[in-house]
Amino acid sequence: MIEAGFENPVTEAQSTFRSIMDATARPGSPFSIAGVAGAPSSLYPSTAAIALTLLDHDAPLWIDDPADEVLNWVRFHTSAPVVTLAADAAFAIVTRPQSLPPLGSFNPGTLDYPDVSTTVIVQVETLTGGAPLTLAGPGIKGRQTLAPAPIPSGLTQQLDANRALFPRGIDLLFVSAGEVAALPRSVRVVEGG
Amino acid sequence: MNAPAYNFAYLDEQTKRMIRRAILKAIAIPGYQVPFASREMPMPYGWGTGGVQVTASILGPNDVLKVIDQGSDDTTNAVSIRKFFQRTAGVATTTHTRDATVIQTRHRIPEQALAEGQVLVFQVPIPEPLRFLEPRETETRRMHALADYSLMHLKLYEDIARHGRISTSYAYPVKVQGRYVMDPSPTPKFDNPKMNDCAALQLFGAGREKRIYAIPPYTAVVSLDFEDHPFERYRHDARCELCGADDSYLDEVITDDRGGRMFVCSDTDYCEARRATADKPHAVPQGYPA
Repeated sequence: MIEAGFENPVTEAQSTFRSIMDATARPGSPFSIAGVAGAPSSLYPSTAAIALTLLDHDAPLWIDDPADEVLNWVRFHTSAPVVTLAADAAFAIVTRPQSLPPLGSFNPGTLDYPDVSTTVIVQVETLTGGAPLTLAGPGIKGRQTLAPAPIPSGLTQQLDANRALFPRGIDLLFVSAGEVAALPRSVRVVEGG
Repeated sequence: MNAPAYNFAYLDEQTKRMIRRAILKAIAIPGYQVPFASREMPMPYGWGTGGVQVTASILGPNDVLKVIDQGSDDTTNAVSIRKFFQRTAGVATTTHTRDATVIQTRHRIPEQALAEGQVLVFQVPIPEPLRFLEPRETETRRMHALADYSLMHLKLYEDIARHGRISTSYAYPVKVQGRYVMDPSPTPKFDNPKMNDCAALQLFGAGREKRIYAIPPYTAVVSLDFEDHPFERYRHDARCELCGADDSYLDEVITDDRGGRMFVCSDTDYCEARRATADKPHAVPQGYPA
């Protein structure tokens, strides 16, 4: 059975979006997400809320856990087409962060249209308990640290390569059970990882 | 029928999602113009439909909205848009810059420094800074892709060759975080330095031209110039006749048909706050009508 989505779709989508927007505008800083009840078992309530906020028929989704429970929930609530090739996705949801696919397998956009790119939503256990990444770039006053865990080894090198593609590139959202922090393509990892 | 005829903040949820996705890309690529499917609004293009759509997509019931038009809270455009959101979203409104969480603006940046957590939404008529130099979208898009901005530098150089100085006084082009050249919307160039390293998020919406772009907080925004012709701010060499400010952007107001005129702050909230806290009326400077 598919559970209901947001109790108040308009205000909950708005508050979830504001957290995502604030997180993107202030990379590395966590912002709280209220979450949604009745999410599929492999998604955090926060990840599910982000999916309800951003996905629709215009936003193809790739997910690393294409179980029927998740696909049915996503299709019923958002109508987002679920794609099997990561490069075709506007959004990707990664429920097993250690096996995050190489960022190069997603769509970085083109120089003419760098906005036509994949935003990767990575579920992690913590945003503050892992090895700290020190970040700099637009949205950050001085330096900001983000310590997501677990993350795959070599992620820092991948992020460096992603930054080098700018203005093309992948935007990342790290999501814990109650918070979201962003690593948009504009950010540099200056230390750690 | 007691059901409201439209959604919270007017726009339907699918439209908001589309605009929200564009806003996120715009923030991730500072200064890049993200195309979006601009909707018809219950006001004509040119009245701020781009800014209104951005505001409608970010606004929540707990926001406090301020709307200014050329710095003023009480002109037709500002009053109309403020009422539009009062009616369609029921949000609280204010004229005080520091009390607002979302500020929609036409062609000014408030004098009061903006704070973290505030969002400034610009209404933009022509988002493409290269458009008057190169009318073809295919070509300007390629120029942005290659970061080829020689045409803009040439334009500024020709200003100097003709007028002895860069004569561009508003919509003065800026470079965002060393990459994209961006039109700051027709704000006076006096406001350009306020965009640099600003604590607030700046969002730009162009309704007719269907573009959204952004400057995240604490982002380097540099006005284009030359070593021997550095960028210069401009304001009238006068004080505000109402509050005496010598640091604010001034409007020149014609007061009669005999050449009478006065300079007053363009930012009405800034001017009112200064007058409210002044312990005595300031002296009218010499050379200006009393």
